[in-house]
Amino acid sequence: MTTNIGKFKDASPMSGILRMERMPHIWCPGCGIGSEVNSFAEAIKRSGIDPKKLVVVSGIGCTGRVAGYVNFDSIHTTHGRAIPVATGIKLANPELTVVVFSGEGDLTGIGGNHLIHAARRNMDLVVICNNNFTYGMTGGQVTPTTPGGAIASTTPYGNHEYPFSLPFLADAAGATYVARWTSMHARNLTQSIEEALSKKGFSFIEVISPCTTLYLRRNRLGDGVDMLQFYQENTVLKHGCDTRETAINYQGKIVIGKFVDKNKPTYLEALDKVGAKLVGDDYQLYGKTLPEREAEAKAEKERVAARRTAALAEEATAAEKGSAPKAAVKKAAAKKAPAKAAKKVPAKVAPKKVGAGSTAKKPAAKSAAKVAAKVAAKPVKKAAKKAPAKAVAKKTRK
Amino acid sequence: MSTQEIRFSGFGGQGIIRCALITGKALSLYDDKFATMTQSFGPEARGSACAAQLVMSDSRILYPYITQPGVLLALSQEAYDKYYGELPKGGVLIVEQDLVKLKSDHPDLKLYRVPATRFAEEVGNRLFTNLVALGFFTAVTKVVTADAMKKALPGLVPDRFLKVNIKAFEKGYEYGIEALKTAGAAS
Amino acid sequence: MKTVTADPKGVDAGPHFMDGDHALAEGALAAGCRFFAGYPITPSTETAERFAERAPEVGALFIQMEDELASIAALIGAAWGGKKCMTVTCGPGFSLMVENIGLACITETPLVIANVQRGGPSTGLPTLTAQQDMMQAKWGPHGDNAMIALSPDSPQECFDLAVEAFNLSEYYRVPVIILTDETVGHMHEKVVIPPADQIKVVPRNNYSGPKEDFRPYKFNSQGGHPMTQAGDGYNFHITGLVHDERGYPVMTAEQGKIVVTHLMEKINGNADKIIRLEEDQVDGADVVVVSYGITSRIAVKAIQDARKEGLKVGSLRLITIWPFCEKRIRELAPKIKAFVVPEINYGQMVLEVERCAAGQCKVISVNHCGGAVHEPEVILDAIRKAAK
Repeated sequence: MTTNIGKFKDASPMSGILRMERMPHIWCPGCGIGSEVNSFAEAIKRSGIDPKKLVVVSGIGCTGRVAGYVNFDSIHTTHGRAIPVATGIKLANPELTVVVFSGEGDLTGIGGNHLIHAARRNMDLVVICNNNFTYGMTGGQVTPTTPGGAIASTTPYGNHEYPFSLPFLADAAGATYVARWTSMHARNLTQSIEEALSKKGFSFIEVISPCTTLYLRRNRLGDGVDMLQFYQENTVLKHGCDTRETAINYQGKIVIGKFVDKNKPTYLEALDKVGAKLVGDDYQLYGKTLPEREAEAKAEKERVAARRTAALAEEATAAEKGSAPKAAVKKAAAKKAPAKAAKKVPAKVAPKKVGAGSTAKKPAAKSAAKVAAKVAAKPVKKAAKKAPAKAVAKKTRK
Repeated sequence: MSTQEIRFSGFGGQGIIRCALITGKALSLYDDKFATMTQSFGPEARGSACAAQLVMSDSRILYPYITQPGVLLALSQEAYDKYYGELPKGGVLIVEQDLVKLKSDHPDLKLYRVPATRFAEEVGNRLFTNLVALGFFTAVTKVVTADAMKKALPGLVPDRFLKVNIKAFEKGYEYGIEALKTAGAAS
Repeated sequence: MKTVTADPKGVDAGPHFMDGDHALAEGALAAGCRFFAGYPITPSTETAERFAERAPEVGALFIQMEDELASIAALIGAAWGGKKCMTVTCGPGFSLMVENIGLACITETPLVIANVQRGGPSTGLPTLTAQQDMMQAKWGPHGDNAMIALSPDSPQECFDLAVEAFNLSEYYRVPVIILTDETVGHMHEKVVIPPADQIKVVPRNNYSGPKEDFRPYKFNSQGGHPMTQAGDGYNFHITGLVHDERGYPVMTAEQGKIVVTHLMEKINGNADKIIRLEEDQVDGADVVVVSYGITSRIAVKAIQDARKEGLKVGSLRLITIWPFCEKRIRELAPKIKAFVVPEINYGQMVLEVERCAAGQCKVISVNHCGGAVHEPEVILDAIRKAAK
């Protein structure tokens, strides 16, 4: 059977959100970035945001390519500079919703200074940080988050540096929304992105994700599906967890959840306050007075809410209909699955807040099934996961 | 001579830079002259010493820095010590008379002394010392008109202190006219 | 270039006694700049301070970023967000900016950077003047780039050239660099800001046609192709990778040739339209002094003195530094005895003069290493020597 690529592209539920003319993408099989983009696309659809008013900014690296595939105004910047470019675009037109989608090397290594300062200013941005513990595009070097002991091409004998815990970093720097998921937690991630999009201020969402080609291979951790299973078994849902407790050890438990959700004036709101105090009622930015901008924002908020309601209604209708498109079926299945699974998996810590966490730890039904199948078929692989550093070190000595 | 070089000097807080700005603005905006003002920046400009330079001319100024000042306004001992030697024969030396102890009578120079700080205190605050000195400078050097100087003040002194600054300027100016008369009578 | 009159909101019309740094900010505001991102660095900081002070009343936005990397990056974002934008810095900060100046070049992003030069290298002489970054402006970013650089000789020209810089930047969609120096930046002189209706401004030219025809780029070696701004619904994509006219990455040598040729020829091919020179008694001269910025004023003093001695000396002042006035130098070289090139560096633009003179006349460099302007006598001596 041959697939008609053109038809496939048209029929894809992602057409409209992704630049289908640019498919196939460059990401490796098993990489987590694709499913993160899926979650992102889903969140955009459900959020009710006017796609015209959405801008996606990326840096350099594998995740840096996201900007090139999403069908919104998008900028692929230089290495590390996604956040300041996003800052410029947001401040140039505050009506825009600006999302930064990039990797941990880009955002917390070369661009780390921008991350903490945007958080400090409470710049109204959503930052989605794919954390795969490696510089993928350049061949698997150590990053600021690589766990101690892990092998990278530039730490061939194991990483001897201390890694960043990104939720702790973002929290300490002043982010008003901080969450962490894995690329397996598709629905949680979707919901989390939705929340961040609807929230003003600096939102930081870390997504732990497998780099199959480099990090997993070099550390003998199996393939993408093995890692999804690892995520399922080793993530600990802890909403409201003190971010000091979110450090990740090599192949250790990964605390996930929504850790910070608070409100304080954004950079622009604080700046407006100063301007209004100084200039009075005549104060304007780019030719619009504060009440004018507030009225516009309010009207847009109402339009967003209406679109969101419509999107959710459409989703529900599609789910009810037997003839619903594939994606909707998947969604519906996923919706049911958590209810069942919730009984099996006792929540380790009661969520402090109802929100992104209510369906935590549930992969989409299909993925879960795939995981199960894969695990059954390849029990041997597990052994290789133990003591990877040693194994590789031995190999190197040969 | 169409070009005149002036150095304003004193210690930080006396409004020395402001003196140069006011004079430069007065000359170039209201007296139809060309004026270029420069000042020292950076670590060497921190601490007590403070100086600003003004070059004025009837035609466009090409070299922006002073080469040999014809007029020195020194409002502190340090400024006087440091700069009076630059003045050529016949140069104008104006000093704050209560703050500067002269090393000689400077027979080669046109020497003027003004109790600017004391006058400023009489007007209300020693913050106005620079305006008293400027009024005096305007009267004795005649390089700039009093009218232009007063016009130059808005924007360079706080609005709420405009009147009192003008008063300080006038006090110095009147004293300068008197000083000229005395000097004229003496010679 | 289609122009409109300036928005009066940004124009502080009238005569001022102002330093060059402040005049840069006023020029930017008059040109319609409404976004400034910068980082403090002597001797450029006064421009940022002026913009920060004026922003609320004009309705513009000022942000002090965490460093110069962020400042230039924010400008690229703001430009695609629909605003005319500017930053100001000097050598060390400019060095940090160069990577993203390259990004602005390849993404054809209009923005203006002022480099108020101070003595280098490295931290060098932070408070003292220099003209040592002339070549860096052109060759700073890696890869082949063409941009425009202008050099004012006075606070008045800081204002005038800031307006000009924005106009060129908007039309050619290229970073324009204002190469001034500590002396001009910090000296106060009379600056006359004309009323808004006498200031000609190139407005942002945003695409408004059908979506299917939208192309963020046109590789035709010309300026004038419309920009777009985020939020207009054209879903632009811009990248620092070599790309096609849709903005999508195309990583082939063939496409690289197309893009680089366009970027270079857009500026160099239009050099005649871009370049502005100020000439005085060049025709019939034996010696032509080629100078720019503050040095050109000192040079005029030397030239006046030389003429008094009966020497036939002309003055060629570069207002536009890049693209270089290659054609004019080639025309003059066979007709004169020598070019004299004074500059506050170890000899930078003189290399361009030498290249274009191509051995047809003498080229005398009057360089010194920064920290102070020339003494006019030094230039005069060189003119005397050149006239022999």
